[in-house]
Amino acid sequence: MPFYVSPEQAMRDKADYARKGIARGRSCVALQYAGGILMVAPNPSSALHKISEIYDRIAFAAVGRYNEYENLRKAGVTYADITGYQFDRHDVTARGIANWYAQTLGTIFTESNKPFEVEIVVAEVGATPADDQIYRITFDGSVTDEPGFVAFGGQADQVSAALKEHYSDGMSLAEAFAAALAALTAPANGGERTEFAASQLEVAILERTRDHRTFRRIRATRLEELILESRPPPAVEPPADSASTPDSGSPDSGSPTSGSPTSASPAPPSGSAPSAPSAPPDSGPPTGPEPGGSDRGSGLGGTPPL
Amino acid sequence: MDSYLDGSQSGPHPGDPRTSGRSLGSAGNPPPGFMGLQTSSFTDFLASHSPGLLPGRVLPPVVGDPEPRAPAQVIRDLPHATTIVAAVCDGGVVLAGDRRATAGNMIAKRDVEKVFRSDEFSGMGYAGTGSVGIELVRLFQVELEHYEKMEGRSLSLQGKANRLAFMVRGNLAAAMQGLVVVPLFVGYDEVTGQGRIFSYDVAGGPYEEQRFYSIGSGSLFARGALKKLYFDGMSAGDAVLACVQALYDAADDDSATGGPDLPRRIFSVIATITADGFRKLPETESEQIAEQVVRERMTRPDGPPAPLHNGSLPLPLQRG
Repeated sequence: MPFYVSPEQAMRDKADYARKGIARGRSCVALQYAGGILMVAPNPSSALHKISEIYDRIAFAAVGRYNEYENLRKAGVTYADITGYQFDRHDVTARGIANWYAQTLGTIFTESNKPFEVEIVVAEVGATPADDQIYRITFDGSVTDEPGFVAFGGQADQVSAALKEHYSDGMSLAEAFAAALAALTAPANGGERTEFAASQLEVAILERTRDHRTFRRIRATRLEELILESRPPPAVEPPADSASTPDSGSPDSGSPTSGSPTSASPAPPSGSAPSAPSAPPDSGPPTGPEPGGSDRGSGLGGTPPL
Repeated sequence: MDSYLDGSQSGPHPGDPRTSGRSLGSAGNPPPGFMGLQTSSFTDFLASHSPGLLPGRVLPPVVGDPEPRAPAQVIRDLPHATTIVAAVCDGGVVLAGDRRATAGNMIAKRDVEKVFRSDEFSGMGYAGTGSVGIELVRLFQVELEHYEKMEGRSLSLQGKANRLAFMVRGNLAAAMQGLVVVPLFVGYDEVTGQGRIFSYDVAGGPYEEQRFYSIGSGSLFARGALKKLYFDGMSAGDAVLACVQALYDAADDDSATGGPDLPRRIFSVIATITADGFRKLPETESEQIAEQVVRERMTRPDGPPAPLHNGSLPLPLQRG
């Protein structure tokens, strides 16, 4: 340690340190939809969660250093449980928890040698979309109210701009999920679009109409279905003149002739039904008509469509 | 600033951090807020952080009381809750309780709920002082939910039963001053696919009970009735009916247990816990069952008879 550091310098150093740590990870998004609030984070681990339940209608999402935000998560759960027990379950609010996080993070930022490299979002689902709340708390304890949607961590600015483009009020879950994925995969610096498989995502919702505990994780089959649902539907292709050659055993998902239902029905070859699971999925954005939605596998890796 | 940060001087802090169940933060101080927790148990956390919130807080001795050990009249006059029955059925367990709370010889409340959902696959009923019972139920609900949120998984059924035993033991000091509360805990064991029943005494437990059990002032009568009505592998519907009959018999013989109140439409609270989770029967269903029981008792007031012989004569008589 140097002999003397001016307080301004010390604070500035701490803030830079924290900001760099947070920018190193992946971004996370939280957004409203008609049925509640959706939170999506890229997360290859199935055991270590970035998104968690705090209370009946309140969820927690964080980016940054895992052990630090995990500690904060547990403390927040304890705070919520003790408030709900002392008073009543309805007296636990996201606002109260966000304020409490602001105090805690502010104290840690000021008083400890190393600030927490974390950014936290606390979301509460209300009875109506107008009552939903999303709060973002940064490493130094600043709280901001983020109506509608928020992106934080990683390349937050770019993800936020992309999310703003795709977001609209009153979306369905699939639409909201599509917006979240589009924002998270927004090309950075003109690089390649990355796609996410179900195993690389952590997805959770706060369901408005559910009783008592509204937090639900979406994983496994349900997540794969959601990923499929969120992709743009196949464009309808007018019946092609070469309709006499339905795909005989070739699971090529890009073939234009197999796109029209009328051409495939007269002579369905065995084993080449559009729902053949062995069809390789397109690894890039869909460029052509697809034979129904079920042709797409789940990340088996395959040839791009023709 | 240096000396504060490097730990050579610790700031003032309340209590010894080593007994608070919390780890030390930087500079040797306990971390701010609820950070550094070392326990996933809400009850243990309360014991260190705010013991005043626990149900078992010891009352100050009553000054001038000639018999300090005997419960004061004020405690005797607190409302007490009465009979709870539980029965294992095919694929789960049934829990039912009456609705009466008495204070001395007066009926303090006609529509007390004594059967509660603890979490998705367990429930509890209590007998004893009403207010302490309500607190115990609430604390236990929070305890289970807190553990699940902290750890990311639910406790095992045995773990839940053990935690409840700790909490009942924590109330022992108050129980000795008259604020007795004793729970009956039931759950669906996801591992074995069976229902299980656990009983307690004032000092804890748990005692696992087989087939059926009952607690409270009317429990002896309820248990006697279930002895004759219960059979292994009963369906949930039959077990519910058996429990309602048992509660009716308890109300028949114990003034502190309430039977079905048809004019006011107040009936026993009945819940089933199966693989589909905790389900409290809606009022209409409970009413239908109660009306059926009352109707049948019009013909036979003592309730359904149990067969005297098991279908074959006992062995010694066969030889003769």
